[in-house]
Amino acid sequence: MTHAELAVDTEHEEAANDRTMFGFWVYLMTDLLMFAVLFAVYAVLKNSTVDGPSGRDIFNPTLALAGTLVLLVSSFTVGIGMIKARLGIKKQALIWFGLTFILGLAFLGITMYEFYEIIHKGYNLGTSAFLSAFFILVGTHGLHIISGLIWLGVIMVYVMKRGLNKHMIRKLTLLSLFWHFLDIVWIFIFSVVYLMAFV
Amino acid sequence: MREFFIGKLDGSSLPHEYHTILGTISFFAMILAAVGILTYTKRWKWLWNDWLTSVDPKKIGIMYFIVGAFMLIRGGIDVIMMWVQQAMASGTSDGYLSAQHYQEIFTAHGNIMVFFVAMALIFGLINYIVPLQIGARDLASPFLNTLGFWLYVAGVAMVNMFFLLGGEYAATGWLAVAPLSGKEFSPGIGVDYWIWSLQISGIGTTLGAINFVMTILKMRAPGMSLLKMPLFTWGSLCSMMMAVTVFPLLTATLFLLFFDRYFGTHFFTTDGGGNPMMYTNLIWMWGHPEVYILMLPSFGVFSEVVSTFSRRPIAFYKSNVLGMIGVSVLAMFVWLHHFFTMGAGAEVNSAFGVATMLIAIPTSVLVFSWIATIYKGKIRFTTPMLWFLGFIAVFTLGGISGVLLAIPPVDFQLHNSLFLVAHFHSTVIGGVLFGIFAGFNYWFPKFAGFRLNERIGRYAVFAWIIGFFVAFMPLYILGLMGATRRLERYDSSTGWQPFFIIALIGGLIICVAVALQVAQIIASFMQKRRLLDVTGDPWDGRTLEWSIPSPAPSYNFAVIPKVSSRDPFFDMKEAGIKKPIYKDIHMPKSTGVGIYISIFAFLIGFGFVWEIVWLPVVSIIGIIITLIIKTFNEDSEYTIPAAVVEKMEEYEADKINTILKSDDRYKEDMGLKEFIRILITWALGLVGIKR
Repeated sequence: MTHAELAVDTEHEEAANDRTMFGFWVYLMTDLLMFAVLFAVYAVLKNSTVDGPSGRDIFNPTLALAGTLVLLVSSFTVGIGMIKARLGIKKQALIWFGLTFILGLAFLGITMYEFYEIIHKGYNLGTSAFLSAFFILVGTHGLHIISGLIWLGVIMVYVMKRGLNKHMIRKLTLLSLFWHFLDIVWIFIFSVVYLMAFV
Repeated sequence: MREFFIGKLDGSSLPHEYHTILGTISFFAMILAAVGILTYTKRWKWLWNDWLTSVDPKKIGIMYFIVGAFMLIRGGIDVIMMWVQQAMASGTSDGYLSAQHYQEIFTAHGNIMVFFVAMALIFGLINYIVPLQIGARDLASPFLNTLGFWLYVAGVAMVNMFFLLGGEYAATGWLAVAPLSGKEFSPGIGVDYWIWSLQISGIGTTLGAINFVMTILKMRAPGMSLLKMPLFTWGSLCSMMMAVTVFPLLTATLFLLFFDRYFGTHFFTTDGGGNPMMYTNLIWMWGHPEVYILMLPSFGVFSEVVSTFSRRPIAFYKSNVLGMIGVSVLAMFVWLHHFFTMGAGAEVNSAFGVATMLIAIPTSVLVFSWIATIYKGKIRFTTPMLWFLGFIAVFTLGGISGVLLAIPPVDFQLHNSLFLVAHFHSTVIGGVLFGIFAGFNYWFPKFAGFRLNERIGRYAVFAWIIGFFVAFMPLYILGLMGATRRLERYDSSTGWQPFFIIALIGGLIICVAVALQVAQIIASFMQKRRLLDVTGDPWDGRTLEWSIPSPAPSYNFAVIPKVSSRDPFFDMKEAGIKKPIYKDIHMPKSTGVGIYISIFAFLIGFGFVWEIVWLPVVSIIGIIITLIIKTFNEDSEYTIPAAVVEKMEEYEADKINTILKSDDRYKEDMGLKEFIRILITWALGLVGIKR
């Protein structure tokens, strides 16, 4: 390949990269709108507790705070991981992403434990409209975390196998965007669902 | 154990009523015919490699057209059944449909026409034309495009699945209003089919829309700034932006309804603190913009058609663009006018009423822009232009009745009446369908390499316009007389029957019009050598899609054009075309992944409809694995070397020259009489009679 052709090729690659990033931002917006619906639904049904408990009765603020902190830290670790990956330091990048993975798992565990606690008290998503909205909103976030974890795990395996080539960097960038996005959504959940319950 | 494996399926799910048996038979007949033809002509490989797995937006566009046309006929049969029932079922006569069956028909008619016909045809046009208009070789993400298309096909399969299994569709109206669509009032599987057909195709639409927003904003030819984009591309951009904004709402709402039905949550139920009106709000927040998602590309088509056939650049281009943006923004804030009767109070109702009336302003700006373009233009009354004139007549009627309905006190009277039905059919048939037909006639040379028959096309336009008015004017009158929509029988003392019979006659005229359209296409294929588009520019067009040969080569543009004005091709023609310098072209490879994922998506829906628990689980794992394999396959492109591009371009030119020499091109377009004569001769020949 001549020098000129190589330049055309990189240009082509970069344009494709740019489009993918933009498209992913648009996708994140659509996902955010889905959450917007769930938030709106939660706001409407928050007081429809019927005979069931209200948020104040069943929420465990310590647990929610712990979850928030874990997720915030994981956003930090994924950021550091990205820096290391861009520098091409594969081993360190993998360590930071591994740490993110563990923190994500921990967050998931906390959410599941919280659900378990509520269900253990004898309430479930059919108890009242309020609990339906709560379980679906927090559960949808949890499902996103699960898909993020699967994605992260798979990418880590491929990074181990293929190294940090430019395709991997692109995929990691998208993943870190997704992860920060989930963090932001969680901050809203923390404020709207947990903090508001104790106002 | 049996329940685990096949859920609620049992012998009674098999077709046993006359309509489901007929549906099943025709379904299998079509499948058998297709399989037979493909095997006989040995075309299986060709079908799979060249079409089904293709990521070429042009081929995907044509596939959208084919499936959409099938569904148009499917939805059309529904409406004929309704017309006949309403003309019959007065007084002592009960008509020939049961109440339940009638309700299922109007629900299916609405769903099919909006989701599986209008959306498909609009996506078909956008897929084919937008890349050509902006000077792009493919889409931002070719994979998302094929995935979107195949998810749409999975939705089509799901909406027709009830013929084969279950025999029951939703009887809830096309938006399945709560709480009627809840488990309590609709315990059967009809609503589940409804949910999953819309869910799957809706997700496909979201993905497709993301892709087009990316494509239009990021892949325009050098020099084409936003305000130099052709207006069809502008309409598509507005439409796709709206789709990206509202389709997630549909997805979320359908999931909530699904949870209500499947997991016993209380979002939209009457008990447990649920709020049915929240469903109505959410679904219309998507539903109203949806209408404009269909309408805006159509507006764009008309801008192109009017400009080309008046031989003038579009007048007030910037106002036209602003008008489309205005429509798309305002359309987001009017959803409540669908249920003024909810009781939100005078303030809320008037706010939404005023917002609705405001939409008339940007829409009028568009209409004036077209009229100003025609003014002093050299008009050619070709078929697309006639569709435009039909649009002005029909759509204006719909618009005016819409402004009337936007007044809350009037709406209280006319809410859910046939007046409303007539109103939205005026807007959707006039605005969307006529736009699609105009676009189809206008761009057909680009799709096929020859233009459509003008004479039979003209008859089709007039039959459609006459049929429309005969069919829908009685509905306006009936609505004012108090006839509500979704009525399967009525008392003879109402005096409505004559009007319903006139409406049926109008419906039959529309059937004739559709038959004429089919005849137009067949006649054009018979005369295709004569109608051949040699230059790639049959209408003396102004935009980039006309600068390349018809049909467009797989890479669209051998050389990416440089744009410096709003009518780049018109300028090129003025300046004369130089000999191009070819470069290597990168093209995406075909992929079957979209098909696999859609099959899994269909199985997820199917599993949930019939409560076969393992099926969705397995299918979701299937999707994840397919996606992983797909994303980590980095070899997704191939390169056409410059020398090959040059050869292909030369070959294309040669091919046209040989055809030119071999045929006389000076006969007229075939008329209807000649078409019928040929058809009869052929049919007689088939049974062995010689004339």
